[in-house]
Amino acid sequence: MATGLKEKKPSKAIINLSDVKMSFGSVQALKGVSAEIVEGEFFSLLGPSGCGKTTLLRLIAGFSEPTSGSIFIDGKPMAGISANQRPTNMVFQNYAIFPHLNVGDNVGYGLKRKKLSRLDLEKEIEDALEMVDMAGYSNRGADTLSGGQQQRVALARALVMRPKVVLLDEPLSALDKKLRDQMQVELRQLQKSIGITFILVTHDQEEALIMSDRIAVMFDGEIDQLATPQDLYRRPLSRKVASFIGVMNFLDAKYLSENKEIITLDVQSLGRLEVSKSQCPYGLVPNEIQQVGVRPEMMTILLDELTLTDFEVVGVIVDSEYYGDMTYYSVLLPNNDKPVTISMRNTAGRPVLRAGDKTRVSFSPDSIVLFK
Amino acid sequence: MTGSVSKKITWLKMYACAYMIFLYAPIALLPLFAFNSSTIIAFPLKGLTLQWFIDLWETDALHGAVRNTLLVAVLTSVISTFLGAFAARAGARYGFPFKKGIMGFILSPLVLPEIIIAVSLLVMLMRLGWELSLWTVVLGHVLICMPFSIAVLSTAFVGLNSSLEEASLDLGETRIGTFRRVTFPLILPGVISSLLITFTLSLDEFIIAFFLTGTDVTLPVYIWSQLRFPSKLPSIMALGTILLIVTVVLLLLAEIFRRKASKKQGLNSSTTKGLF
Repeated sequence: MATGLKEKKPSKAIINLSDVKMSFGSVQALKGVSAEIVEGEFFSLLGPSGCGKTTLLRLIAGFSEPTSGSIFIDGKPMAGISANQRPTNMVFQNYAIFPHLNVGDNVGYGLKRKKLSRLDLEKEIEDALEMVDMAGYSNRGADTLSGGQQQRVALARALVMRPKVVLLDEPLSALDKKLRDQMQVELRQLQKSIGITFILVTHDQEEALIMSDRIAVMFDGEIDQLATPQDLYRRPLSRKVASFIGVMNFLDAKYLSENKEIITLDVQSLGRLEVSKSQCPYGLVPNEIQQVGVRPEMMTILLDELTLTDFEVVGVIVDSEYYGDMTYYSVLLPNNDKPVTISMRNTAGRPVLRAGDKTRVSFSPDSIVLFK
Repeated sequence: MTGSVSKKITWLKMYACAYMIFLYAPIALLPLFAFNSSTIIAFPLKGLTLQWFIDLWETDALHGAVRNTLLVAVLTSVISTFLGAFAARAGARYGFPFKKGIMGFILSPLVLPEIIIAVSLLVMLMRLGWELSLWTVVLGHVLICMPFSIAVLSTAFVGLNSSLEEASLDLGETRIGTFRRVTFPLILPGVISSLLITFTLSLDEFIIAFFLTGTDVTLPVYIWSQLRFPSKLPSIMALGTILLIVTVVLLLLAEIFRRKASKKQGLNSSTTKGLF
């Protein structure tokens, strides 16, 4: 893509959320959300159902007004401005394709008010359909479309309005796995090539990791962590976030001492470890560390039975799950009655181990995550 | 085992047939005697004639009654569909305190005896000092027809996904524009269905029309007044036959439109509640 050659513009906030609260009767759906969404980024609101992510999206779209707090879009306060006057357009979860209109009229629905000439209107519609790979579908009836096609039409209908922000409410959840994987990549590429800010609501952590520039993880009406996918996966701030995004093995840890650069810990199963202070997340005081986390792929099962060197422990395999490209092992480590999960890529020549096998497990201290 | 089941089904079928004959056979007599050349309504039939239909054509008082009935029926169907749309929309879309009670109250004319409604309306209109006319008949008819409008239009509104209206707003359309471009086209078959049903109900309503009309009579009231003259009986049979056909055709059309509404919204028409 050519966008790499462009000079990077200074990032500017397109949406500003300031202490946004929302209550439905006695239920507090949002308990004060503040965030800044940067122009041109692919931003995801990730969380389990009922965490308030869809409520937040609908507040940005203007379908309801927050109980308190304020929303700014492109520097303008949105209080009292209804959905039809906001520079946002939404792709609905069920796509909301107008069933009585054909594809072209669906895409051109919002343009009718702009009073374009017939030729311009048709060109706009055709361009938008081309963008989503649906060129030539203009005259097709809405009821003849498959789920994936409806999704594309809904996207074209939003993009043709040239919004400042496109809002996507779990747009891929109704598609089957293969189509979903394909659309994730396509959506991401489309967003990068047109440069419009996308805000995606999803409960699928994998989807969020693949597509987003930044992710806000929400629980119970609050943002727990806002970070890039890599930071979120490698440096989760809380155990809650860590276990929601991927798999995390938790081990008890005891703070022993620290100096300028190094914290010394006594970690369950792994023994005495020295970790760099840079691994300590912002706001965590070293002597408050009570647990550490290790991702399944950050540990390695070594096959030969050589004597243990540094950063290695003996483990016994309890169970294995074979996924073709990967095998997930449950391994009992010393001083721990709960097995840890270790994932191994099934590279050429590597046998799949069975329950009861004794192995060496190696790990590296700099992949360890520290928690309160 | 299977024998007893099939036997049970045969009995059920026979019962159902007998039931239908008991209910509807008298109606079948209507067209039968309308074409009978004797003035006496009794078997055996004498001969085939169209005389009674020709008589109808030549009765001026009847034409006035038909005009009155059409006026009342058209006004009733338009007003009750218009008002019913508001209630159906509110019931399908919004939650409000005492919703069930309020909706039940609006639908109550369905179950109240019509004669009670007619007498109470008459007493009230007298107290208010209103003069009885076709307008008061329209008022009474709207009261009893609106529940039917609400029932038909509720199906249309419940089947309408609220995200379609939100999508329209999101694309910059106003609320009124959204109603015109999205809501109305999608509920249109329901609206037509409601118009046809309420038109039919008003067309052959007797009790309220009898109590609330002034000097202008509607068709059912006219028919009732003619029953006193035995010689007029065959032409009333002919008139009844015409009304019967019109009613059946209108109701069939109404049901076709209702099913179309369900289909348009991607619902299975047999799973959505209709009146039939």
